[in-house]
Order: sequence, then C-alpha cells, then structure tokens
Amino acid sequence: MLNTPDDQLRAAVTPAPNFLRKRAMIDKLARCILFAAAAVSVFVTIGIVYILVSESLVFFENVSLTEFLTSTTWTPLFAAPSFGIWPLLSGTLTVSAIALSIAIPLGLLLAIYMSEYAPPKVREAVKPVLEMLEGVPTIVYGYFALMMVTPLLQAFIPGLPGFNMLSPGIVMGIMILPYTTSLSEDAMRAVPRELREGAYALGYSRFYTAIKVVIPAAISGITAAFILAMSRAVGETMVVAIAAGQMANFTFNPMEGAATITTFIVQVSLGDVRHGSIGYQSIFAVGLVLFLMTLLFNVIGFMLRRRYRLAY
Amino acid sequence: MATLNQTISDAQGHASLVRRNKNQDILIAGLGMLILVIAISTLLAMFLDLFITGLPRLQDPDFYMSFPSRKAEQAGILSAWVGTILVMIVTAAISIPLGVAAGVYLEEYAGSNWMTDLIEINVTNLAGVPSIVYGLLALGLFIYAFGMSETVLVAGLVLSLLILPVIIVSTREAIRSIPEAYKEAAIGLGADQWQTTYAYILPAARPGIITGAIVGLSRAIGETAPIITIGALTYIAFLPNAPISGDFPFINFDWITSPFTVMPIQMFSWVSRPQAEFQINAAAAGVVLMVLTLMMNAIAIYIRYKVRHKD
Repeated sequence: MLNTPDDQLRAAVTPAPNFLRKRAMIDKLARCILFAAAAVSVFVTIGIVYILVSESLVFFENVSLTEFLTSTTWTPLFAAPSFGIWPLLSGTLTVSAIALSIAIPLGLLLAIYMSEYAPPKVREAVKPVLEMLEGVPTIVYGYFALMMVTPLLQAFIPGLPGFNMLSPGIVMGIMILPYTTSLSEDAMRAVPRELREGAYALGYSRFYTAIKVVIPAAISGITAAFILAMSRAVGETMVVAIAAGQMANFTFNPMEGAATITTFIVQVSLGDVRHGSIGYQSIFAVGLVLFLMTLLFNVIGFMLRRRYRLAY
Repeated sequence: MATLNQTISDAQGHASLVRRNKNQDILIAGLGMLILVIAISTLLAMFLDLFITGLPRLQDPDFYMSFPSRKAEQAGILSAWVGTILVMIVTAAISIPLGVAAGVYLEEYAGSNWMTDLIEINVTNLAGVPSIVYGLLALGLFIYAFGMSETVLVAGLVLSLLILPVIIVSTREAIRSIPEAYKEAAIGLGADQWQTTYAYILPAARPGIITGAIVGLSRAIGETAPIITIGALTYIAFLPNAPISGDFPFINFDWITSPFTVMPIQMFSWVSRPQAEFQINAAAAGVVLMVLTLMMNAIAIYIRYKVRHKD
C-alpha cells in the first residue's frame, strides 16, 4: 500500500490512532489519581472534625456545657466526676505563656540578626543548626526538661517541686525558637531592598532601619509567626506530659505542676479507659477544644501571612 | 568664632550619634550571637547529658538485642527499633506516593477554582494541627469505627497523615524551582501533561522531594503522642513475623497487623518509671533517637546544599 514516498513518510510520522487513544486515557487516568491524592487532605480534615464532634456530642449529653465551661475542677475519672475544663486550660495557657515569653523575644532578635546583620556565610551555617534543633524529637526535650532543667532550676528556686510548669515552659520556648525565628526571618527578608536602601540613604543606622522600617513593613508576617508559635505551644504534648505532672490543677503559678489538655489525653490513653465510657468521651471533648484553639490561631496566622505575601 | 564653635559642637554631636548607633548595632549583633550560642549549647547539652547518662547501656551490645524487661540492666530496645523500622516502612509507603501525587496535582494540574482553594487551605491547616489530634482521629476512626487493633498498619497510617503536609509542601517547592523551559521543551516535543510530569518534572524535582520525605520521616520517627493515643503497648517482648522467610511464599505481610512498640514509646515508658536505673535506659534510647533524627536531618540538609550549589 505504501507506494509513494509521501505515503511512507505519513505512515512513519503518524502514530496509530490506537496508541493515541491509549495515551490520552493514561493522561486522564493520571489526572484522576493525582486529584484523588490531593483530595485526601480534605477527607482527613472532615475525619478529624467528624470524630471530635460526634464523640463530643455524646459527652455533652451527659455533661452540661455550662459545667464544662464554668466549673474549676476536672476529675472525670473519679467516682464523683467533675468536668470543668478550666484546670486544663490554665495549665495549657501557663506553659504556653512561659514558652512564648522565651520564644518570641529571642526569636525576633535572632531573626533581626539573621536577616539584617549576619553575613551570608554565617546565615548559611546557622540555618542547618536551627533545623537540627527543630528536628530533635519532642520526647527528648521532655527528658531534658525533667532530668536536667528541673534540677538546675531547683538549685536556684528552693522548694520547686519535681513536676512544675516552669521547666517544660522554658524548654518548650527553646524548642519552638527555631520555628518563630525562621517564620519572622522569612517575613523580614520579604521586605524589598529598596525600603532599606531608602532608610540608609536618609542616614538611618542598621538598628533604626530594622526597627523603624523593616519590622513595621513585615509586621503582619511577624505577627503570624507569633500566632503560629502559640498554636505550636498549645498543642505540644510530650514535654509537658513528662515534666509538668499529670494532676489537673487550677492555677496559673508556674512553680506548681499542672496537667494540660494534651497531658490529659495522654494520661487517659495510657490507662485502661473503656470505649464509650465518659472518660473516653472526655478526651474527645477536650481534643475538640484544643483543635478549635489551634484552628483559630492557624487561620489568623494564615491570613496574616497571605497579607504580607500580597503586599510585596 | 561663633560659627566655628557651632560647627565643632555639631561635629561632636554627630560623632556621639554615630558612636551611639554603632553601639546599638554591636549590641544587637552581640545579642543575636548570644541567642545562637544558647540554642547551639542547648543542643549540645541535651546530647551530652543523654550520652553521658546513657553510656553504660549504650556500650552494652545486649541493649540493642534484647527485649524490654522489668530489670533495668537487662532491658533493651530490640522490639522498639524493629517496630520503628516496620512502622517507618508503612509510613513511607503511604505518605510519599500520596504526598508527591498531591503536590504534583496542586502545582501542575490544579486550575484556580474553589476546589483547589479548599485543598490548599486544608493542607495548610493540617500542617498546624497538633499531633495528638491525629492520634484522636486514629483512635476514633481506625480503632473503633473500622475495628482495627493497635497494629503497625494503624501507626503507619496515622503517621502518614501527620507528615503528609510536609511532603506535599516540599514537593511543591521542588516543582516550583524547575525552570519553565524544561516543561515547555517537553511539551514542544509533543509530550502530553502526564508524560511531561513523569519523564521531566518528577526526575528534576527528585532531590527536593527526597529532602522533604527525609525530613517528614525523621519527624515521624520521633512522634510519640499519636502512638500513645491509639493505645500502643509499651511492653512488647516479641518480634513481629519476619517479612521474608525461607518457606513458600517467602514474603509475608503478617507484620503489618502485628502489635508493636517504637523507640519514642519505649523511651517514654522508661522515663515514666520512678527508678533511677530506668532513666539510664531512657537516656540511652534518647541517644539512639537523637542520632537517628539528627542524621536524617543532616542528610536532608546536605542534599539541599548540594542542589543549591550545583548550578
């Protein structure tokens, strides 16, 4: 059939229609599979919300919301149980506040140093160290808090109990320091160079440029870093579970031990709590509170970060 | 005369201003370096403390080859490190293909519509969900709703979901850094979208994807909270069936449905004991964990460094 050179050429360059159809099918199939993979994240969120809400609903059939939100004793595993979330919240907030009061100022200073002062060589060397610090498992930080920092603090503060909120708070602060640093540094480095050069041309020193020009310009990103750090601190589990004790204790005193929301979940999971019991449901109720808190922080952080991305 | 004096005092004023500014600059740089020193010495102190405390157990070869025991000096991490390896195999097998596929979709395929926005918001949010909430998800969904037990598979699943955002984000960043010309060349040669993705984009993005996968897995190795939540046992004095055996059919998957323990759980159970001898074991397990995660992070950093300095 292939008589003329023209025909031969056409046969050589035109793939068989069958082959084309197969190719198009693979292309379409690939798109579907990739989409399904991307959609998994949506289902994970739905799964989390569904599990937390459905178990919490059962919990709130037995416990009034008023008691949950106003009572200041948390003893769900006692014979005469009481379900006020405040002791867990006070523990969570106290430890987080200590952690943030370390991570935020130090993180901001370090970010200023890294973005405005450090020579590129130093920055190249420091970033990996910070990443290493971030990569250490949290359980190791917990051990460090209990076995090293607490005894150290006890040498300075007589009468400090073995389980207290101060030590895990400090350790958690150092633990989230790399995170706040890298987020704030990203925000500062996104500030256009022209703004800095303008300030230098006006005779501003580096320090003034940093605090009068760079920080105000990067403020939404820096705020986002703080809020995301807050979300981290609130959800951190192992450091507090090891070093802060597991007694629910309504106090804001860092010298005392207290359980956090996360510690309570760990404590219940370690014991033999039957599926369907009120103790079992209570971890989902406090888990829902924890999820809502971090969700709020994450959403605010996300919107602030988007704002600085749009600005520059 | 008056103007000369004025000029001199002006100059003195400027000099003191310059000095003050210089001092401020030195102060900030000094503080920055001080914080760095604090951070680095924390890392060192942590490692040295664990190492010195755990040294008696670390030197003992039996530590790596024996099961946990009620006697501290006989207890070892055999079931823990085997468990960690098995759980990581499952985690890698699930999270890497899923994360890479999702990253490719979001970067290369997704149009700008509400569906894409929804997926992106979800990925961002999931990255910030505390790990213990994933544990609650696994407890409520896998253990009770699906009736699975506390197995290697469930642990691998929950850790996969946990590190999925890390892998998705690093895949996207790796793809974004590929020059547009690569894709255009492939399309110009007549490749369709899948062929371009498969034959050009994925190979070019490989270093970035590997880095992300290593960082994600190193995080999964150290995760404790979600594994505690699903109720993994701490006292496991046996090993799951070996995946490879001498008898037909040579490979089996029994280990996937076997009870397990992992390194951080073992360490936690030792830390929680009041006796000081168990703290030595905990420290030794901590050294093993730290060495593992630091090494994985170092490899990831090295790959990234190599890639950045190649061109």
